[in-house]
Amino acid sequence: MADNTFKVSIITPERTFYEGEATMVEFNTVEGQIGVLPKHIPLTTVIAPGICTIHEAESEKRAAVHAGLAEVLPDKVTILAEIAEWPDEIDLSRARSAEERARERLASKAENIDLLRAEIALKKALIRQDILAK
Amino acid sequence: MASMRDIKRRKQSVSSTQQITKAMKLVSTVKLQKARSKAEQTTPYFNAMYNTICSMLAKAGAVNNKYLKDNGSEKIGVIVITSNRGLAGGYNSNIVKMITGSDMKPEDVKLYVIGHKGGESLTHKGYEIVKDYSPVMEAPTYADAMEICKDVLGAYASGEIGQIYLVYTHFKNTVSQIPKLMKLLPAEVAEEDVAAAKSSGAEALMNFEPNEEEALDLIVPKYVTSLVYGALVEAVASENGARMQAMDSATNNAEEIISDLSLKYNRARQGSITQELTEIIAGAEALS
Repeated sequence: MADNTFKVSIITPERTFYEGEATMVEFNTVEGQIGVLPKHIPLTTVIAPGICTIHEAESEKRAAVHAGLAEVLPDKVTILAEIAEWPDEIDLSRARSAEERARERLASKAENIDLLRAEIALKKALIRQDILAK
Repeated sequence: MASMRDIKRRKQSVSSTQQITKAMKLVSTVKLQKARSKAEQTTPYFNAMYNTICSMLAKAGAVNNKYLKDNGSEKIGVIVITSNRGLAGGYNSNIVKMITGSDMKPEDVKLYVIGHKGGESLTHKGYEIVKDYSPVMEAPTYADAMEICKDVLGAYASGEIGQIYLVYTHFKNTVSQIPKLMKLLPAEVAEEDVAAAKSSGAEALMNFEPNEEEALDLIVPKYVTSLVYGALVEAVASENGARMQAMDSATNNAEEIISDLSLKYNRARQGSITQELTEIIAGAEALS
């Protein structure tokens, strides 16, 4: 049994978000989605906003992870997330209004807005709604 | 000798001050406990971040990254963390002394201040303040640290400032807080840590996605942000620790003054009784 699980820890600046044994972890990186199984080659990668799915022996857990980096070792995965939240911590109405605001900002095309920031805000809002919809 | 009434009035005023300092001490003790547990929770994140940076530098070596090289600007950006309120002993002045005592010239320094107290005294000394984030100090969050770092890193990337320093008070324990001056960029990590990462074989196999240089570009800002956040949280703990100590010694001093005044008051009372008696006896003798 011990052979096909590995340690997963998700750490945010404010708390240790998750710690446990998993059979597989999926998350989004800047290069695309990846799924990590035990005995993965060592890898350090930068996380893009997305849903992180942790497959445990009998259940699976989902969390929204918005930014950070991940360090993958054969027997351990450490995700340093700047923001991470469980589905029940997300406020749907807030995510909706954030989506609207971001869309407005992107549509207005004013010169003094931070396009990149608005795009990231939009992505975050969409992910928050996504994870709740599932 | 002061009259009995004067001594009594003085004693009352000191004891009401003592009540205030006592209450302030209790308040900061509670706040300290909260801030301390928060500071402890950030340590795992910071340690993991530092290890990652070390192993990246061990792998990448002296790569040509904008965050690792001097960009030629003379100006120095300094992030100063002090408190918004006083009555914390030497807490704020120690931070100010760190800056005035360093070999940075006031005209070269651009300050990003967090906390009114440090900002005020440094303006008096002729330092230029670019931006003030004082309200952050009430309850620092990671989002606040991101905001600050965005401004500072922006100035660094555009060449406005060539170096970034961070000045804050390190929280060693409840009774000891140490002001610290720390260089953030160009990034520097201890040589031995890099060497240690190099020698542990596993790191040599580490892959980076995207490649090292791009990954460094993305990770260094996160590293800086985590440092700033850690400093903010520690500074809050230190502030309350310093205030607790200051208020504790103020309460003790008030106690001392009160006992001194009580003694004086009793002496004055006894003196006046003796005097009255002498007068009565003298009067009786004169009559007889």
